[in-house]
Amino acid sequence: MSASAVVFYLLSIFILTTGLLAVTSRKIFRSAIWLLFSLTGIAGLYFWLQMEFIAAVQIVVYVGGIVVLIIFSIFLTQQSGKDLPAPVRGRAVVSALVLGVGFVLTCLLLRQYVFRPSGHLADASVGNIGAQLLSTTEHGYVLPFEVISILLLAAMIGCIVIAIKVKPEDK
Amino acid sequence: MSQVPLNHILIVSTALFFIGMYGLFTRRNMITMLMSVELILNSVNINFVAFNKYLYPGRLEGVFFTLFIIAIAAAEAAVAIAIIINLYRNFRSIDVEDADEMKF
Repeated sequence: MSASAVVFYLLSIFILTTGLLAVTSRKIFRSAIWLLFSLTGIAGLYFWLQMEFIAAVQIVVYVGGIVVLIIFSIFLTQQSGKDLPAPVRGRAVVSALVLGVGFVLTCLLLRQYVFRPSGHLADASVGNIGAQLLSTTEHGYVLPFEVISILLLAAMIGCIVIAIKVKPEDK
Repeated sequence: MSQVPLNHILIVSTALFFIGMYGLFTRRNMITMLMSVELILNSVNINFVAFNKYLYPGRLEGVFFTLFIIAIAAAEAAVAIAIIINLYRNFRSIDVEDADEMKF
């Protein structure tokens, strides 16, 4: 086994372990920190796949943005020292069984399927990604880009409208 | 990179997806459910990047879909947290079992 493969298996073990801890930890703050480790591990996986731009975006948006937002909301809404209530035992057992069966089934299907690579290597540099993202030619992505811009604007306005404080006399 | 078959990466992302589903099924706290959704979205992103890298290395579609999913996930997390904080202001709890005002 080469060094690259060893790095991949170590990264996947790291991602899955921290992900599992993130969904099972009883302390909500620890759960958020495990999620942070898992997302960082996924960024490492993108580096391993030689997609440096996606890895950078993953770190900036997920690790730097979403996890910080989640930690803020934990501090605003929760006594973070207190334990979360344990999951209902029956529900946990049934969902673990169902999801285990689903996982095994998917793995069996994946093992049978043979993937065939095609095409030559493309230039995944930041300049090329940006040029194709904003081009209006056949393989350009300028329309989805604009749609995403509108979506972000709508989400921003929506957040302000939801979070705005209503004065008592207006109620 | 080429020593690891694509199926192994797909198995990792499948496992991550089912871990996220487990969290979504068992957790009753809205913030932890949101974390599980983030894990699920990340497993999808791994799939897109791996398919792009292994099967269609000449194109960049997987990269764009990943970027759009990350942007949508950020917007979704922001709106969800605004809703959660507003709910906490009104009900003093972010447990999904307590938010039953609109239940018929």
